[in-house]
This record gives sequence, C-alpha cells and structure tokens, in this order.
Amino acid sequence: MPSLKDLRNRIASVKATQKITKAMQMVAAAKLRRAQEAAEAARPYSQRMAAVLANIASNVDGDDAPVLMSGTGKDDVHLLIVCTSERGLCGGFNSQIARLAREHARRLLADGKTVKIITVGKKGADILRRDLGKYIIDHVNLREVKQVGFSNADEIGHKIIGLYNEGAFDVATLFYSEFKSVISQIPTAQQLIPASAIGDAEPETAGDAVYEYEPDPAAILGDLIPRNISVQVFRALLENAASEQGARMSAMDNATRNAGDMINKLTMSYNRQRQAQITKELIEIISGAEAL
Amino acid sequence: MAEAFQFELVSPERLLLSEQVIEVVVPGTEGYMTVLAHHAPLMATIKPGVVTVKTADGKPDSYVVFGGFVDVTPDGCILLAESAVHVTDIKADELQNRIKDAKEDFEDATTREEKSRAEDLLGQLTTLQEAIKAA
Repeated sequence: MPSLKDLRNRIASVKATQKITKAMQMVAAAKLRRAQEAAEAARPYSQRMAAVLANIASNVDGDDAPVLMSGTGKDDVHLLIVCTSERGLCGGFNSQIARLAREHARRLLADGKTVKIITVGKKGADILRRDLGKYIIDHVNLREVKQVGFSNADEIGHKIIGLYNEGAFDVATLFYSEFKSVISQIPTAQQLIPASAIGDAEPETAGDAVYEYEPDPAAILGDLIPRNISVQVFRALLENAASEQGARMSAMDNATRNAGDMINKLTMSYNRQRQAQITKELIEIISGAEAL
Repeated sequence: MAEAFQFELVSPERLLLSEQVIEVVVPGTEGYMTVLAHHAPLMATIKPGVVTVKTADGKPDSYVVFGGFVDVTPDGCILLAESAVHVTDIKADELQNRIKDAKEDFEDATTREEKSRAEDLLGQLTTLQEAIKAA
C-alpha cells in the first residue's frame, strides 16, 4: 500500500503529464489547420494537372507515349516509397502506413519479385528497418523541414525518375496516409509508375476543334509526366502532414482523458487512505482514554 | 471593348490568380505569345519568363513563372506553373540562386543533350533577370 506522500507525488506527476498532453493536443490542432490549408491550396493544381494529362493522353498514340507512362513492360522490380512522419506520439499513424507497406512487400516477395524501398520520414524507416532493412535503398530526411514545399517533393520526384531511367525498377508505388477527418486517416497505396491509371478525370472536351501543340504532344507529355510524379508526391506529403497532425491530436486527446481518469482514481484512493488514517488515530486515542 | 475570358494561374503551392481577363502574354518555349478570347485550343510548355495579364477592368499585372504548361481551351486558359510569384515579390537573390544552379548544371552536364538543355535554361534565366531589372 503506497503511503499518503507517495500518492500525493503520483497525483502531481500525472497532473504534469496531463498538462503536457493537453498542450500537445492544442499545438497539433493549430498545426492541423495550417496543414489542411496547405493541402487545400495545392488541390487546384493537381486537379488541373489531372485534367490536362487526361486531355493530352487521349491525343497521343500508345507508340508515342513516354516510357514513364507505358512502363517497361515488366513487373519484376518494385519500388516502394513509404512516406511517414518525422516525429512520434501520433497514435497508430506511422505503424498503419508501415504495416500496409510491409504487407505489400511481403506479397511481392512471396511472388518472387524484387523489392526496393525508399523511406521518407524517420519513423517509417525505424519501423521498416527491423524486418525489411536490407531492401531499403534510400532515405529522405525531412527533419528540418517545417512546412513541406514543392521543392521537397520535386527532389523526391527527381530521385525516383533518375532511378527509373537507370532501369533500377519497373513499378513504383507510393504509400501515404490519406486525410479523411481528424479521427480517420486511411493508409493508401498509389501506383506512380507506370502512370497508366492517372486518375479518373474526364478529358475536357475541346469541341470539334483540333488541339494545337507546341512543341509536339510527345514532347509535352515527356515533360508533363515527370512533373506529375512530383505533384503526386507533393500531394502525398501534404496529405500525410495533415493526417499526422490529426492523428496526433486525437492521440493526445485520448492521453489527456486517460490522465484525467487516472487522477480521479488516485485522488479517490488518496482520500480513502487519509480517512482510514484519521479513523485509526481516533481509535488509538479513544482506546488510550478508555484504558485509564 | 475586347471580350474577356477566364484565366487561371496555378502553382503547386496555391492558386495565384483566377480572374476574367482580356489578354494574357505567356512565355512559350518557342516564343512569347498572346492569348485572347476564342483562341484556338492549344497546349504549350513554357519557359521561365514573365506572364503579363490585362484584367477585365483594363489593369495590367505581371507574374514571374519558372517553367510549366499552358492549356488553352474554349472555356478559358490555365497556366500550370512550376513555381510562380508576383513580379513585385520576386527576390533578386532567389533568381541569382537559380542562375547559379543552372550554371552548375551546365558544367556538370555530360551528354550533349543535357548540355544544350542546361544552356537553354541558363540563357532564359539571364534574359529574365535583365527583363526584371529593366522593369
């Protein structure tokens, strides 16, 4: 049985923890708002990009299509790009993404394919290093980045395309967490290369008029698709940033509530023990008085 | 009175401009061109340069863009810029950095194709710098 002093100390320490989690929750809420705004601001670009791509893709024959779109014709080597957060304390956010990626990798390995992994964000790398460490070929560090900008995504995009041009892989899949709401983030796998399933945007109808291209369609497409990859990565990073803050917010909300429950329980046993002690002292006094 | 059409300037980070305009001058890879209402459907890549728009109320406005695409449809014109800033917000040292990067790319280029591409970019950036200085 802990003494009264021990209980008092524990209550104080749980209270301090509760203050910290409460503060973290509020910080996450503020950051979430910013991340959501950033994700929303980036949406028009990716939407228009999808429309333009669908438009131009319908005008280019299969033969002219750049290899990034048609693929290498094989699917032996798979590249998984796993985007996670740099910081922990955000509930199941990172482990969910890592689990999805791990299952995907296992399935591919069971089919006899080769797997290569690029991790973005420290936490995912830490989780995957344990059992898939030998497949990790690269890691992108975003530790110092406060607000993900397009240049960060572009860097990753170029890295991927560079590897592709060297023939290092056939299929690339991007793993990230899609932001649905504060309480729900869905880990998602999205195929980047070959980019055949570019999205479900309907091509804009240009009426009967023939589109003019400057320079030719294949050249434009060759320029557009690498950029689209960067845009997709950018979108994934932004979704991830929003999801991370959302996950952290609800995790910290839970922690704050748990701390509250714990304080109640501790206070209850503290009071009970104090009462017991008072009763005990009274009995001692009374029995002492009776003995006289 | 010239007819107005919808023009949108989007960078990956945000939507910079979405307005009714009378005329847009875009820096196409193969030369500057002016887009007016009812322009034939066109898709073109653009080089680093200055985009000048004339809004429906006749006010001119300029943005600096660094590469991208322009898509002209019967409904309007969309410019997808790799990065874009308002001409008054451009910082001299940012441009300076880009020029430095381009120079390094040019020096690092191994194949002839890469070399000529880097040289093009360098040339475009220097022209842009002069254009901004003059403005």
